[in-house]
Amino acid sequence: MLFTIQVNNKKIKAEKGETILSALNRNGIIIPTLCRMKEFTPTGACRMCVVEVEGRDRLVTACSQPVEEWMKIKTHSPRVITARKTIVELLLSNHPDDCLYCDRNLNCELQRLAEELNIRERRIRGRKIKPRLDQSSPAIIRELSKCILCGRCVRVCEEVITATSLDFINKGRETHVGAAMDRDFNFSSCIHCGQCVLVCPTGALHEKHNITEVQEYLNKPEIVKVIQYSSMVVYGIAEELGMRYTREFDKVLNTILRKIGFDKVYKTGLGTDVCISEIAGQLSQRIENKSDNPLYISACPAWVKYAEQFIPSLIPYLSTVKSPQQITGVLIKTLVADQLGVKPEEIFSVSATPCMAMKFEARRDGMMRKGISDVDSVLTVRELARLIRLYGIDTSNIEQEPADEPMSGRSSAAILAEVSGGLAEGVIRTYHYQKMKKEPDKQIFKKLRSAGVFREISVMVGEVEVKVAVVDGLTGLERLKVSMAAGKKYDLIEVMTCPGGCVHGAGLSFNTSKEEIKNRSRLVYQADDTEAINLPCKSLSLITLYDKLLKDNADIADKKIFFTHFEKRNVLL
Amino acid sequence: MCQNSLLYIVRMSTDLDIILRKYKQGKREDLIPLLQEIQNDLGYLSEEAIVKTGSFLGLSTTKIYGLATFYDRFRFLPSGKIQIMICHGTSCFLNGSQSIINKIKEETGVMPGHTTRDGNFSYEIVSCMGGCCNGPVINVNGQYHTHVKAEQLPELIKRLKYVIEND
Repeated sequence: MLFTIQVNNKKIKAEKGETILSALNRNGIIIPTLCRMKEFTPTGACRMCVVEVEGRDRLVTACSQPVEEWMKIKTHSPRVITARKTIVELLLSNHPDDCLYCDRNLNCELQRLAEELNIRERRIRGRKIKPRLDQSSPAIIRELSKCILCGRCVRVCEEVITATSLDFINKGRETHVGAAMDRDFNFSSCIHCGQCVLVCPTGALHEKHNITEVQEYLNKPEIVKVIQYSSMVVYGIAEELGMRYTREFDKVLNTILRKIGFDKVYKTGLGTDVCISEIAGQLSQRIENKSDNPLYISACPAWVKYAEQFIPSLIPYLSTVKSPQQITGVLIKTLVADQLGVKPEEIFSVSATPCMAMKFEARRDGMMRKGISDVDSVLTVRELARLIRLYGIDTSNIEQEPADEPMSGRSSAAILAEVSGGLAEGVIRTYHYQKMKKEPDKQIFKKLRSAGVFREISVMVGEVEVKVAVVDGLTGLERLKVSMAAGKKYDLIEVMTCPGGCVHGAGLSFNTSKEEIKNRSRLVYQADDTEAINLPCKSLSLITLYDKLLKDNADIADKKIFFTHFEKRNVLL
Repeated sequence: MCQNSLLYIVRMSTDLDIILRKYKQGKREDLIPLLQEIQNDLGYLSEEAIVKTGSFLGLSTTKIYGLATFYDRFRFLPSGKIQIMICHGTSCFLNGSQSIINKIKEETGVMPGHTTRDGNFSYEIVSCMGGCCNGPVINVNGQYHTHVKAEQLPELIKRLKYVIEND
């Protein structure tokens, strides 16, 4: 039901039941917010969004107050502006003034608010928060002195990721956000997905930087510098650098990376193709054995850690195939090293990903071969963009180059793996092709591509019915549990930690709206629809790898390098 | 006053599972009573107790720790054999409880809420113990001492040490 309310002496239309904020935003009136996150229940904690409602003594929070018919609202009256300004001044009163050295410099919500509200002097002085830097986690760094206690990370971790490894500790002036028993992060149940970093308005949470390390190696002439990047990185870099994404952009990225100083540029896509083929093999074996237990795809490192610590009973059913990044990494350290005639330890292998848990994965037990790690350093898209800017590469006028052999090509199934449900779709397609010698009709995957935290389809492959479930974001696990408790059996289950899949990865740009994330998945589906090679087993790179390169190389011909192991973790749950 | 009564603190620690059995599994609203009972029994909330409570009620350790640190009366370190509470309420404050706190800090050498290395003494500052006309009030292992003066404390602590050593 629509009715009119009066805002700043103008009439606007509002809908019954919505909040003041949503009515204002729909009518093009912007008011600042801080603790608010779309799709979450409002908390009204930060009071940034206060507005003046005639007839009310106090200012009301627009994010939580439902709009009513009699309301006469002032959004930018002197009283409101003073209130907002004071809030930011109070937040700044104990905030460290090291913006210039901060990770979020020029990209900080607090900084932006201070600028928008025209704060030009330090009016309120408070005792600075005792600095505490927690660098114990392999992926996420916490700087508690920069925390403004908005509680967004706490809510994301609890409501979206369900790991609940952050909460407010103590009260009053002593309040801070911390992990279990206020220990350092490496003891906690954190799964390194990084969604908390994505929502943090300040630099209190950020990824562990590997730029310095990469730079150091880039200057070593005796080392072969190698980089791999996944398909999402191409979109991500275009976004970060403010360039228009075209289908040829990966070739531009190759040139940029070579200009920075990488000797070899590879695509993680081949690793994804290997991953899909190997999982399809495992699935086929499982179906032949008529196994009752499903096969869980283990390509998402955050999900793997989640399973290891929260559902250890599930570890035997996790697919032992390594993730695409690690497969590409190990191929670089074996195949490429042989081809180039260098020792594996003379290669510095960097991986660019949209994911933060990959930083953790590269350090995992079992991701090593003869004491040499598969991947040496992992950069998020944000870090890679920073590196590109650091090297002053002119991106506007740049030629196009292909990636290096033997890892230059990929199938469109590999790019599909970036969205939730994509990897399962690729596996089923491959399995179908192996059994029936033809590709399945794409229409049957329509449901896998829809929205929702839990999606399932069943595909007929000849006489066999293959049941597939996709858990999109860890909140979907509850639905899976209910469904399995009701006696449903699945053959293949894909779980992605970040809602939407890698398109919502924590290594991508900050402040992306839901529409932009949807646009990323749209581009992924578009690529899958338009590209010619839809199956990993039709990709030339994979055929060469399997038929020739692996066979020629006795050391890795048994494909053992593609597999790893998982074990129960002892953390504070 | 019987000297030995000071040492009623020799607690028989019940098995955690016995306490947990009294409650219903997964009933989150029981959290605070459960933590209180564990603290009464154990003297503090150990990490093991928090983890066990968490898996029993289906709550994460982080959430329980976050909630427990909100309340002053939950402790996370074992208290000393002698646990002293010093009132810092308005009346006791006016009667000089700050000098008592300073003296105890000096005598024991630890901060409020902490326990001495030998595990003998711990003290904490509380808001009001309801003896406002008799301030400053301190409470030593459940026994109240009223109108305490800072000069009396070294003597008291000496006596308490003697009791511990000869028990």
